[in-house]
Amino acid sequence: MRQFSWFNATALTLGFAFLYIPMIILVIYSFNASKLVTVWAGFSTQWYGELLRNEEFLNAAWVTIKVAVTSSTIATVLGTMAAYVLVRAGRFSGRTLFSGMIYAPLVMPEVITGLSLLLLFIGIGLDRGVLTIVLAHTTFSMCYVSVVVSSRLVSFDQSLEEAALDLGCSPFDAFRLVTLPIIAPAVISGWLLAFTLSLDDLVIASFTTGPSATTLPIKIFSAVRLGVSPEINALSTIMIAIVTIGVITASLVTKQAAMRQARDERMAERPA
Amino acid sequence: MTQHVFAPWNDPGEKPLIQFRNVTKRFGDFTAIDDLTQDIYEKEFFALLGPSGCGKTTMMRMLAGFERPSSGQIFIAGQDMARIPPNKRAVNMMFQSYALFPHLSVWDNIAFGLKREGKDKDIIAARVEEMLRLTRLTKFAKRKPHQISGGQRQRVALARSLAKAPKLLLLDEPLGALDKKLRQDTQFELMDIQEKTGTTFVIVTHDQEEAMTVASRVAVMDEGRIIQVATPAQIYEAPNSVYVADFIGDVNIISGRAKPTGDKVVTQWAEGQPDIIGTTTTEFDPGQEIHFAIRPEKVAISTEEPQDAANKLQGKVLDIAYLGNISTYHVELPTGHVIKAQTANTRRLSRRQITWEDPVWISFTDTAGVLLER
Repeated sequence: MRQFSWFNATALTLGFAFLYIPMIILVIYSFNASKLVTVWAGFSTQWYGELLRNEEFLNAAWVTIKVAVTSSTIATVLGTMAAYVLVRAGRFSGRTLFSGMIYAPLVMPEVITGLSLLLLFIGIGLDRGVLTIVLAHTTFSMCYVSVVVSSRLVSFDQSLEEAALDLGCSPFDAFRLVTLPIIAPAVISGWLLAFTLSLDDLVIASFTTGPSATTLPIKIFSAVRLGVSPEINALSTIMIAIVTIGVITASLVTKQAAMRQARDERMAERPA
Repeated sequence: MTQHVFAPWNDPGEKPLIQFRNVTKRFGDFTAIDDLTQDIYEKEFFALLGPSGCGKTTMMRMLAGFERPSSGQIFIAGQDMARIPPNKRAVNMMFQSYALFPHLSVWDNIAFGLKREGKDKDIIAARVEEMLRLTRLTKFAKRKPHQISGGQRQRVALARSLAKAPKLLLLDEPLGALDKKLRQDTQFELMDIQEKTGTTFVIVTHDQEEAMTVASRVAVMDEGRIIQVATPAQIYEAPNSVYVADFIGDVNIISGRAKPTGDKVVTQWAEGQPDIIGTTTTEFDPGQEIHFAIRPEKVAISTEEPQDAANKLQGKVLDIAYLGNISTYHVELPTGHVIKAQTANTRRLSRRQITWEDPVWISFTDTAGVLLER
């Protein structure tokens, strides 16, 4: 074991303080009894109760979840298909151009993506609402899915697909019965990534939304402009909790799967 | 007693199962297979042998349907395979990496191909059980591929590719991942299974010992061409070129000029050295360049001058390689040539007569070597 020197301890504390102090303050103030955000007046959960009675916030939360589930699902299908073609189809002419174009939206400023989508929706006369946000979110989260899935496909032993073909599968069956089950973890993490991106997107959603659809980030942002309320603190704390639980669960599941795999392999080495 | 010799290639009435007709395969500028014509017969165990990049894997992948010839035709059982995709061929392949489906159990891996045929459940189950018994895997049916050993995985791959009872089984370096002892056992197992099932096997390997052990015929390949096709014994004892002689086993090559004398051919190879007398059926022109190839085990070594040897040369021992069952002596001739001579160590702990730097005689008969043009 290496010594844990005072230097290491200080560096670690400073780093984590920098990362987490803002969030800790937010969580603490969400339990503040006072209506004034910056004045501590004792412990209370009243703002959580008020939040649950606030129709506007609940509606916005529902819209956000609908948008996130739909757009991440469509993005996962499209992104997986794009990744599959780019990794598997070999060197067709224009392959480099296509793969470049798939990844370009990753570095495109969100303002520009949002603006161009807005112009498109106006141009084709599409009424702005849930549908347009779903389309917009699908567009930008699809490339994230395709990055995650294609990195898995690159390390995928192609002879597995050839074996499936050799044993009588059509190319589609080979994908459905062999490729997809094996790359499933990457597809799922692509979906989770797309879901999270959609959940916390503010810029693109505000460009493409209409009066009928307000997502949670838009709602929070507009509420904060009128002043930070303890309700917002409570809402943010809930979001932090959801994300934390999600991340911890995901990492536990992955870790357990890895441990099971290692144990199985050790057992395989034992003479039968 | 008359013994039936399996040699359909010598029977003009026999129809080949596989026919390559002037097949060429190019990848961009690279020619992997160069105008290749070859027949392979039913129930053969045909080995494609050569260094990496010689085109042997491409030939196999064309049979499986993963690659299409750039020109020429491939027939399997008389049918042109040009437009037939891999999933519509009565050909199965055992992959070098085994390509077992990691998310399926051993049982499901073997049943995979049968399920695609839409066969009855009971028929599938019976066939899988039969395959498990054949490959001695019954105990492991429920395990996943990562829960079994390398040798067991290899047998699962074999069982899976045999389950559909293909006309032709392709084996791509099937034993490459196994250690030597297991590999030797598995070679005999493969031959046994090939005999039991009556399937035609085409095996790709770079291991000449493996090819010699399992195959009924061996095709030695180089740069997209087949250099020689023959039985293992013919390939070893009567190679048609220096390339084949050198690729298969150990060999001494002495190059010189031909001097035909009656039914013998004399190789003049160095000033002041006795000519080498050999026997051949090939005609050689006087003065033609000629290569005399002789296997080390056909070269005798002695401390005293042998009396009745057709060829004898004097030299000194440069090196001795003791391999347990045999010893190989590297004998340097006055010309600088190094000739390898091998002796079997038939007696235990006998005092070694010959040691480093000893002056020795090497000798061989006039039929021990082969004379090659190229």
